This record gives sequence, C-alpha cells and structure tokens, in this order.
Amino acid sequence: MDRPSWLRRFGPWILIMAAAIILPFVLPPFRLNLLGRFLALGIVALGVDLIWGYTGLLSLGQGIFFALGAYAIGMHLQLSSLDSGQLPEFFGLYGVKELPAFWQPFSSAFFTLFAIWIIPALVAGLLGFLVFRNRIKGVYFSILTQAALLVFFNFFNGQQKLINGTNGLKTDTALFLGQMVGSDSMQRLLFWITVVLVIGAWLLCRWLTRGRFGDALIAIRDDESRLRFSGHNPTAYKTLVFTVAGALAGISGALYTVQSGIVSPQFMAVPFSIEMVIWVAVGGRGTLLGAVLGAVLINYAKSLISEQLPETWLFIQGALFLLVVTALPDGVVGWWRQGGPKRLAAMVGIPPTAATYPSLDGDGAQQADKKAIAAKLESGGTP
Amino acid sequence: MTSLLDTLFNGLAIGSVLMLAALGLAVVFGLMGVINMAHGELMMLGAYTTYVVQNLLKTGPLQALFPAYILIAIPLAFLVSGLAGLVLEKTVIRRLYGRPLETLLATWGVSLILQQLVRSVSTAFFIGLVLALVLGLGLPRFLPAAWLRQRWSPLLKLGSWLLAGGLGIALAALAGQTRQLRLPWFSARNIEVTAPQWLRGSIEVAGVTMPTGRLFIIALTALSLIAVHWFLQKSVWGIRIRAVTQNRSMSSCLGIPTDKVDALSFLVGSGLAGVAGVAVTLLGSVGPNMGGNYIVDCFMVVVLGGVGKLLGTVVAALGIGILSYVLGSGSLLLLWPQMPAALNSLITFFATTSMAKVLVFMLIVAFLQFRPAGLFPQKGRMVEA
Repeated sequence: MDRPSWLRRFGPWILIMAAAIILPFVLPPFRLNLLGRFLALGIVALGVDLIWGYTGLLSLGQGIFFALGAYAIGMHLQLSSLDSGQLPEFFGLYGVKELPAFWQPFSSAFFTLFAIWIIPALVAGLLGFLVFRNRIKGVYFSILTQAALLVFFNFFNGQQKLINGTNGLKTDTALFLGQMVGSDSMQRLLFWITVVLVIGAWLLCRWLTRGRFGDALIAIRDDESRLRFSGHNPTAYKTLVFTVAGALAGISGALYTVQSGIVSPQFMAVPFSIEMVIWVAVGGRGTLLGAVLGAVLINYAKSLISEQLPETWLFIQGALFLLVVTALPDGVVGWWRQGGPKRLAAMVGIPPTAATYPSLDGDGAQQADKKAIAAKLESGGTP
Repeated sequence: MTSLLDTLFNGLAIGSVLMLAALGLAVVFGLMGVINMAHGELMMLGAYTTYVVQNLLKTGPLQALFPAYILIAIPLAFLVSGLAGLVLEKTVIRRLYGRPLETLLATWGVSLILQQLVRSVSTAFFIGLVLALVLGLGLPRFLPAAWLRQRWSPLLKLGSWLLAGGLGIALAALAGQTRQLRLPWFSARNIEVTAPQWLRGSIEVAGVTMPTGRLFIIALTALSLIAVHWFLQKSVWGIRIRAVTQNRSMSSCLGIPTDKVDALSFLVGSGLAGVAGVAVTLLGSVGPNMGGNYIVDCFMVVVLGGVGKLLGTVVAALGIGILSYVLGSGSLLLLWPQMPAALNSLITFFATTSMAKVLVFMLIVAFLQFRPAGLFPQKGRMVEA
C-alpha cells in the first residue's frame, strides 16, 4: 500500500517523459502527426477550461485567437521559404504586386515567435475589456463572442487579396530551419515541442488556478456580485484570464497549423469553437488534466469514427453534448475524483470501505472488545 | 428616387425574413431566457415540411391543391416544428432551467443530431429508430416493479436503453439490406422547393419591381407579428406567459401552471421557427446546414432589440436587414455618386454580403457598449443589475 513518496510524485512525469520519447519511434508517422495535433488542441482546451471551468465564462469565440496564432505562423512560413523580393504564389492570382504592409514584419522569425501569442492576447484583452466593462455576462457573453467569431470568419474568408481568403495558407511544403515542415523528422521535432509546450501550459494554468488568483476566478464563477461587494474588481480578473486564454489559443493554433499543413478560415468556423467546449466538458470542467485528456480523446475518437462510419459522428457528438450536460456535469475526471467508481461499485453491491483509524484496527484489545460486542448482539443481548 | 425605394424594398424583404426567424427566438429566449441553439434546425424542419407537402401535392388525387401548397405548408410546418420543440422541452430543456450555459450546449447537441437525422433518415433507419424508442421506453414496464427500486436500477435502465439501441441498429442494418429501404429520404444534398406560379411574378409600383415572393414573405411576417402580439397581449395564455416572465414564483403561487406555460411558450416559439422555414424556401434552395446561417443573426436581433420586447425585435430586425442590404449591395454609391474618394473606397471595401455582415456586427458590438441591454431594455426591479 505504501508507495514511496517520490514515486507518487514523479511517477507520472517519468511515464510521460518515457512515452514522449518512445512514441515517435513506435507510432507510424500519420498517427504520430494526429497525436501531436490533438495535443496541440489540448492547449486551447486548457484556455477554455480556465475561462469556462474556473471562471464560468462560456466563450464560443476561442477560434478567433486560435486562428490568429495559426495565421501568424502560416504567414511566416509563406515568407521564410522565399528569396528576398519574391511574393507568395497566391498573390499573383489576384494581381497583387507588392507585399501588403502587415505582412512585412512576419518575415522575421523572432517577431513571429512573439506574434503567435501576443497578437491573440491583445485582441482577447481588448475584446474582453470592452465586454466585461459593461458587465455583459452569462449567455450574452457567449452570443457576443460567437458574433465576434463570425465577424473574423467573414473577414478572413472574404479577403483573397490580403490573406488568400477561403483557400487559406499552406505550410507543409514551406522550409523552416532548412527543412521541409511536412517532413517526418521535422514532424517528430514538432511533436516534442508540442509535448513540452502542453506541459508548460499545464504548469502555467496550475500556477494560476492555485492560490489567490484561482480563488478569485472561482469566486467569479460562483458569485460574482459577492466578490464585487467585498471590494474586488471582477473586470480586471476576467480580462486578465481571458487574455491568458487567448494567448494559449494562439500558441495552440500555431502548433496545430505546422502539424496539419494548412491554415484556413475554417479554424474560425462556428462549430469548431463549440467543439472546444465539449472537449473540456467531457474531460472535466475545472480540472486541468481533464481538459487535455478530453481534447486528445475526443479528437482521437472523432478521427477513428470518421474513418470508419462518417455519418455516425454527428450523432455521437450530439449525444455527448446531451450526456455530459445531463448526466456527467463534471466530466470524466471530475466524476472519477468525486468517487464515481466507488458509487458505481456500491450500486452492484460492493460497499465502499470507510476510512478508519489504523491504530484501532491494529490494537488487539480493541478488536477483542469488538468481537465480544458482536457475539453478544448475535445472541440477542444488549451490549 | 426609384433606386432609393428599390433599396428600401429589398432591405425590408431581408429584414422581414430575419424578423420572422427571430420572432420565435424572441418568445423562447426573450420570455423564457432559454438559449435554443437548435432554433435554426427547427426552421430547417419547417422547410423540409414544405418540401414534403410540395411533393405530396405535385401528383396524386390532391393535385388541384398544388398551387396553394405553400398555404397548406404553413400550418403544417408550425405543427411539425412546434411538436419537435415541445418534445425537446419535455425531455431536455426542462431539466436545465436556470442553467442557461448548459442549455446552450445541450441544444447545440440536439441541433447536430437533427442535422444528421435529415441527412441519413431512410425507411430502414426510421424503422430501427422507432423500434429503439419503443423498446427503450417500454422495456422498464415489463420488468418487475421491485427491480426498479434497487440500488442498481439506474444501471438496469442504462442496460435496457443500450439493448434497445442495439436491437434498433440491428433491425436498421437488416432492413438496409433491401435497396428500396436503404434509400435516404432527403440525403445530404440541398432540396429544391419551387415556388408556385403565382409567387414567381412581380408587381411594379412607382417604378419599383417587387417580386411577389418577397411581398408574400413581408405579408407573412406582418401577419405572424400581429398574431404573436395578439396572443401575448390579449389571450389568457399569453397573459399567463407574461406573468411567468415577470415573476415566476409569484405566478406559481397565484395558481398559474408554470410547467404548462413553459411548454406552451416553447411550442409557440418553435412553431414560429417552422413558419420562418417555409418563408426561407421561397428565397433559395435549402439543405441540412441551413440552420447555421440564421442562428447567429437571430441572436443578434434579439440581443440588439432588448430581451422581452417584441418592438425591439421588430426594429432590430428591420434595421439589420436594411443596413446589411444597403452596405452589401453598395447602393450608397448609386445614391450618392459624388462622395469623397476615401469614403468611396471604404464603402467599396465593405460592399459584399459577407463584408457587410462584418461591418454590421461590428456596429452592433459598438452599440452594445453604450446600451448593454439593447434598444428597448426591460425596466423594473427584476432585471439583474
């Protein structure tokens, strides 16, 4: 029973490290690529968990920030594989002779490295500030974020001359560090980068949700008015957490793009942003592990089912939404942590063992007393 | 002058479709505070009802009624969508009152299921579905009553549903062996609804060509608006609905059956979505994905108009409709040819349907900065600060 404490503490980490090192050599490249993509989606799920699971703000517009990060890296990769003075190919189709001004800075890798998360964070901060300042909350917030998503979607979809509209930007044939982004060795490297960043994002979220900041977030979720009346300013907390979630979404989008090989306005489609919520809901809202697990598992299930029986996936997804909302409000991880398996065992007749005092169990005299009392009761007497 | 009237007429037509679609949502969301993401799919059911009515009347003994099929479709669509909404309320939404975010997610799930349902429903599928539902609902009745009071009875119920579902799928697969039964009823393609002859012409008034189809939509919207207004203001149940909206617990104390009121408002709201679906068939082809095109616009109308006021919905829908038509068609350039070059290029930039939407939504978000509760906010102490 007594595991050494170091094993309990570091065991999971050792397992994760081992898996991360071994998997790229075990899985076929296609599956590895899928796993890397879904882990990247785990980062955006962590952001959704921060704002929805902890703070109670259901954003249906995380796709905006995801796509902004994705477009940032996409634009850089379009430029990085060109000689100076050349234009990305698609510009020729629309008769554009000169690189638009906002493309210029993305030729620098250093700038792009920051743009990936700072641009989404700034947009999220601005949008969040405008919305939260007016105390717009609950479903109104959800609807407004969805409307904002549609604004960005229509804009990116309609602007062929600026960012190639519906077709999006392809990244898999681009050169990065002298190698093709779509090549196997590059994908392996990207997988490791993804794993490291998922762990980093998880640690960041854990640090944020523990301690006073996390308490404030949960207070906003449970009773915002009370927090305000006790002298705190919920607007600042909400804006900050929304910004962090935006930055996480941007990083996630960039990682997803380099592994999927294309960025297109479909990243801002309405259903995709709602799917992000269902990953968190199934994994377990308010549990960070649940967010990552939910993103990976649901997407894996989606790709497996879509390969075999494509027409059933929407039924399954719809049923998942209904099931999670009505039967599993805390998701799988939340159900597990709140003693779900024990309750299930109790249903089939295995009662849970209550915690006792080990010193009493080991004490011979006590046990003898207990036996004597039981024997008396059995023979019909009073103890 | 003519071009101004022309622009106004077309904007009015777009606005009235939006209004008709948002009217049901205004009842459901505005009065009950329930976010129904499946509203667009209820519209789709209305559109598919129109399609079925059209095909039934095209041939057969009732062929004489074909020119009027759209008039027959309106009440039927109201019924079909209304009943679907009623089932939705009784099974899902009822459990989630007071938890709006969860309702949003659950109804999104329902919308996905409805979309795929119209894509893949075939006779075999339908038989399997009916068997699964009958077995799932009926099995517990055949079990000994004592079994249903055990600790493990939730597992038993789960097991019986799984069994029912499995048998349903098996039957559907078996029936699917026959090609006739496997053929989907609608398939994933868009369906074609042809407007009857009398809705395909146009009338010319003061130099403006008005297609009769659009006039019909405007008239239908006006009629629905009057009917809803009358229902909410004058009828007994309408007054009950408004009472529950204002103060649920007090209404309940005074003997108003709040359960029935909820179900009724949901039925009316969903039925109106069905009527909107009929109107949409006159504008173009409709398919399983059509719901998504309308749902966000409808919510914007309700949010902009202010929750709980029909007048707000009317003004917001017409405003959004006219504004997006004026911007999207670039009519401003025709009306005012000598405008400054900077403004001209700005307007040209936004002169497509999708870019007009970008601008209109940005304007709405900006407007909500100044009036967060919409155009006509509800006053009173019940409104949350």
